[in-house]
Amino acid sequence: MKKPVEIRWHGRGGQGAKTACLLLADAAFSSGKYVQGFPEYGPERMGAPITAYNRISDERCTVHSNIYNPDYVVVVDETLLESVNVTAGLSNEGAIIINTEKTPEEIRPMLNGYSGKVCTIDARRISEETLGKNFPNTPMLAAAVKVSGVVEPNRFVSDMKASFQHKFSTKPQVIEGNMNALAKSMREVQIG
Amino acid sequence: MAKRDRLSGNEAVAYAMKQIDPDVMGAFPITPSTEIPQYFAQYVANGEVNTEYVTVESEHSSMSTCIGAEAAGARAVTATSSCGLALMWELLYVASSSRLPVTLACVNRALSGPININNDHSDSMGARDAGWIQIYAENNQEAYDNYLQAMPIGENPAVRLPVMVCQDGFITSHAVENIELCDDADVKNFVGTYEPEHYLLKHDNPLAVGPYGVSPYYMDAKMGQVEAMKNAKEVILAVGKKFGEMTGRSYGFFETYQLEDAESAVLLIGSSAGTARATVDKLRAQGKKVGMLKLRVFRPFPAEELAAALEHLKALAILDKAESFSNAGGPLGAEVRGALYDLDHHPKTINYVYGLGGRDFRVQDCETIFNALDEIIRTGNTGARYRHLGQRE
Amino acid sequence: MKKAANINEQSKWYELTPGCEIYEPGTARLTITGEWRTQTPTWEESRCKQCLLCVPYCPDSSIPVTDGKRLDFDFDHCKGCGICAKVCPFQAITFHKEEHTDG
Repeated sequence: MKKPVEIRWHGRGGQGAKTACLLLADAAFSSGKYVQGFPEYGPERMGAPITAYNRISDERCTVHSNIYNPDYVVVVDETLLESVNVTAGLSNEGAIIINTEKTPEEIRPMLNGYSGKVCTIDARRISEETLGKNFPNTPMLAAAVKVSGVVEPNRFVSDMKASFQHKFSTKPQVIEGNMNALAKSMREVQIG
Repeated sequence: MAKRDRLSGNEAVAYAMKQIDPDVMGAFPITPSTEIPQYFAQYVANGEVNTEYVTVESEHSSMSTCIGAEAAGARAVTATSSCGLALMWELLYVASSSRLPVTLACVNRALSGPININNDHSDSMGARDAGWIQIYAENNQEAYDNYLQAMPIGENPAVRLPVMVCQDGFITSHAVENIELCDDADVKNFVGTYEPEHYLLKHDNPLAVGPYGVSPYYMDAKMGQVEAMKNAKEVILAVGKKFGEMTGRSYGFFETYQLEDAESAVLLIGSSAGTARATVDKLRAQGKKVGMLKLRVFRPFPAEELAAALEHLKALAILDKAESFSNAGGPLGAEVRGALYDLDHHPKTINYVYGLGGRDFRVQDCETIFNALDEIIRTGNTGARYRHLGQRE
Repeated sequence: MKKAANINEQSKWYELTPGCEIYEPGTARLTITGEWRTQTPTWEESRCKQCLLCVPYCPDSSIPVTDGKRLDFDFDHCKGCGICAKVCPFQAITFHKEEHTDG
């Protein structure tokens, strides 16, 4: 069996890293994949570091352990770089995607000598410009899809549109903002 | 037409409950089972079910609610975990001895202390002698499938026993995976309506439930429960087969994987079986004759069937996700060894306690176990029979 | 449907009902608790004014009433507690040691 693509998310309780992880599972499911999306719970409180995981593959993956050697790591909160070893076990063939204003060159020295791809995206700014609030979820999800290629980007955009239309059927004004956030993020993610 | 979807284990069970539309739910939250009554409350609020949703002040009361409702002739369900199950303890025995087929979704979590919200099987293993049927799931699909089979098993007149449908907390309950859901009409047809012969609200036939059983009756009443649990075996197999005819997914007491020609194997319960399956694939690719047995039904315990399936092995590791402090092994280890004892030739067995309080079980951990079994086969020396896996040392 | 009268301490385990359910009301009558009695009340009809105060006081419903008048005690179920003798305003009930004639 082909090895599933494994993704690890780092965020803080309340920021929506788990939700982004589940949205990615949703998107991959919609494109016909077998998916796993699961959080690792420690202390359940706002602000505490949390981890969430995705496995995405063409066949059902039966392994139910956490992910120790991810292909991709997504960091939803830049401040975690100081306290969490976010590149632990990360494949050098893969990439790390970080929510930051900085460029990949500026971030790389903070990553314990990680030699794979370093990608940055200013999800806070994009969210504030498109949604008027800091919801880094949607831009981070889009950046993760763009960098990892686990879902075909056009398919992803059309699936997400349908999903937003369903989710925000009573608030149609939010749909456009979210779609803009997706598009902007996929355009602006810097791969270094 | 079955519907493909992606749901967490908790969502899957709540969805199964919605499709069944039980008469009564005794609802009280505890991590990680909280989402089940939470999702179900939305179905109630939306008018998608006709269930009487009874919010209570403790698990003792949620189980009491179910017992009262079942005695009255209703179909009653609840969900709990860990200390919540512990608080139900007294009532678990009342439900089973009164022969009331309550369905309990148990989302397995460690018992305190130290206080911990993560998965192991100490809660339901502690309740193993309460007279409940216990069925365990590997993933969200099985949690859903097992739930749909619970009522046809428990409510069968030859059985009339409560059923605990167990899944692993967080690992299964909070993990979103692909799932195939049955049509509402198929579920309704499969589960049927609950039509007990006797119940409190049956006007033309007064009934007393739960009388005092003095010594001249107590032992005999227990024999009735024993007989019901024996009858449950046949019913579980028949329901599992019928479910397979409907969905293509048949169920028995356990599932074997690459076991027929295996020399060594692991025997375990729950989500770890998926990880063991991947390990077996990896080692088989290296030419090793390894296999796996995943126990689905722990109560009734399929002792003869297990003995027959395991007899040919040279070495077997039994994995317990619960500590029993017997100094001799965990509950599964003790019962499987008991099942093997009467064989003329049985495999050498070791018993691991692993995965307590959410300690992760990885492919490499499972490989460690197969390596230990290799060593036993190679040297002929079993070594320590009671071992622990995953602790720092 | 199994009648409670047909279940006793000689019944085999498989002759009991599931969960020991009882499918009829009033089965307490089948248990002769009168034999637990060590003291016995005696009703002296001539002193009785039929005020019926003893009836609700009896914890074992062992004072039968027909057409507004009490009858003699139901000795199959009277446990000899003596409350009736205490509450009778007319000393129409006396209470004394049970006399067994069988031994």
